[in-house]
Amino acid sequence: MTMLPRFRRRPWSRTSAPRRSGDETPGPPDWPEHAFEDRMATVEFRVAEQPHIVVDTEACRSCAGRPCIGVCPADLFTPTADGGMVFNHEQCFECGACTLVCSQEGTISWSYPPGGQGVVLRWA
Amino acid sequence: MTRFDVVVVGAGPAGSAAALAAARTGASVLLVERGPFPGAKNMHGGVIHGGVLERLIPRWWERAPVQRWVTRRTTMVMTGTQSLSLDFRSAGWTRPPYNGATAYRSEFDSWLAGEAERAGARLVCSTTVTGLLRAPDGTVRGVTTDREGGDIEAGVVIACDGVNSLLTGEAGLSAARDPGNFALGAKEVLALSREEIDERFGLSGREGAEIEMLGCTAGIPGGAFLHTYLDTVAVGVVVSVDGLSASGVRPEELIARVKAHPSIAPYLRGAELKEYSAHLAPQGGYDALARLAGPGLLVCGDAAGLCLAAGPWLEGVNFAIGSGMAAGEVAARSVRAGDVSTAALAAYRNRLEASFVLSDHRRWREVPRLLRSQAVHEKYPRLVCDAAERVLTVPAPRPRKGLSSILRETAAANGTRLRDLVRDGWQILRSFT
Ligand SMILES: Cc1cc2nc3c(=O)[nH]c(=O)nc-3n(C[C@H](O)[C@H](O)[C@H](O)COP(=O)(O)OP(=O)(O)OC[C@H]3O[C@@H](n4cnc5c(N)ncnc54)[C@H](O)[C@@H]3O)c2cc1C
Ligand code: SF4
Ligand code: SF4
Repeated sequence: MTMLPRFRRRPWSRTSAPRRSGDETPGPPDWPEHAFEDRMATVEFRVAEQPHIVVDTEACRSCAGRPCIGVCPADLFTPTADGGMVFNHEQCFECGACTLVCSQEGTISWSYPPGGQGVVLRWA
Repeated sequence: MTRFDVVVVGAGPAGSAAALAAARTGASVLLVERGPFPGAKNMHGGVIHGGVLERLIPRWWERAPVQRWVTRRTTMVMTGTQSLSLDFRSAGWTRPPYNGATAYRSEFDSWLAGEAERAGARLVCSTTVTGLLRAPDGTVRGVTTDREGGDIEAGVVIACDGVNSLLTGEAGLSAARDPGNFALGAKEVLALSREEIDERFGLSGREGAEIEMLGCTAGIPGGAFLHTYLDTVAVGVVVSVDGLSASGVRPEELIARVKAHPSIAPYLRGAELKEYSAHLAPQGGYDALARLAGPGLLVCGDAAGLCLAAGPWLEGVNFAIGSGMAAGEVAARSVRAGDVSTAALAAYRNRLEASFVLSDHRRWREVPRLLRSQAVHEKYPRLVCDAAERVLTVPAPRPRKGLSSILRETAAANGTRLRDLVRDGWQILRSFT
């Protein structure tokens, strides 16, 4: 399976940025958290050649909040250094969260992969 | 073109229940699933409440692929460093008809679809339904699929295609897709030996534990859960999509915080990640349901929004099965009678109104809104935990204070008015009773 390089990883410190006042949740746990790639490697994906989700990444350039980046549980929306956006459908849970929060209607064309392809969950 | 009396789209619990109920009346039934097997696309917190299943499949507990029977239910109210638990166990829950069962959806959904097949329904997997076929007057007459020559004619189509139902959208029956009406669930299944699980959670045999947590989602409306299987545990969060989006905290980071909590970490020490997953759940309740019927079309389960999600508490499988059973029977009867108009299919909604499916949703109408308020997710858990800490900390050499002054002082320190707590608590109680 081909994978786009991951442009940016999120160290623990990023989570503390928008922390609310009075939130004293402890920092990193006392065992190593999984790297995101290892987490996704636990999931089986039967990758279809044609993407089931197509993002008009040009439109993303004018999107202010870019909420898709934070909600996608598979972390598939990756902003590029020049203000653009890269989307990769290969490890998609087909959950639908991105279309719910997308701030510009019509930017995400969302559907399901062909029968038998896409995510296969066994322990959920 | 092939024709079936009833075509059911989606082999989740709603679809398999609908197919089973329709096939039992003698109708010809096709059950179409896009996954390579039923359950491959599906995820839940882990606990199935089987009450309604007993009406569909008597003595289901002797056949269903159950991991553990829930005999211990803990509700934990927490802050980042404290927790207060209500821990309930019942010997009654160790016997049929049981109260809750943990199961993997891959196994449970495959089993239930197999029961529908045994009743005479035909199951076809690895096939995505891509749209509806309609008569000139708009009546739904079948479905199109992504198989070559895969159009299928139907007397009635039953949409059981889950929370992102494309069919309900195409038919114009779905409610507004407001992010506040949906919760994102993300969970980790972690491997741990059966002996370790028994030991850590105080279980034996097939006994299972279920922990629901409030106040541990970084102020985002929602909650967290920890469920035991035979040799795995599932730990995850369910959070309002609009709140998640506004928070800037990522789903897997929320799970990591729950796992690191001093009250949870000891249960999970040394457990190995087996699978990560994510799924949406409807949480708008009664006021955000889809229209349940159109000409030639019925809508069940998550596709209709029939799921109760309030904080960490999620119930959907029972409503999916209840609505699927009713839809299967009404569809088969309407096809036999030769009338599949919206008026004829309204019998489906009437049946749901008279059953637990819509009466529970009506009763809980206000609960989703209440439990989504910030106070419930941040202020009240903190107030409760701080007050508990003051009550339970032995203050000597200073004299003890009375409970009411502790409560008043803690509330003031937390910027909460006791009056609001009492009012909200009363409203929530009233919705349950
Ligand atoms: C995090 C989380 C935790 C939960 N915890 C619990 C819990 O502990 N207890 C509980 O009772 N409920 C729980 N629920 C809710 C429960 O999972 C759902 O309410 C239930 O699965 C709904 O059943 P369904 O049959 O309507 O939909 P689903 O189970 O989603 O099934 C829909 C089926 O349709 C198929 N499908 C979709 N589109 C197509 C198409 N176009 N063509 C062919 N097939 C298609 C899908 O592949 C899928 O198999 C939870 C939900 C979440 C997200
Ligand atoms: S459907 Fe879910 S997993 Fe897939 S890209 Fe959208 S948010 Fe990410
Ligand atoms: S929210 Fe929509 S428009 Fe904005 S960056 Fe994401 S996909 Fe692009």
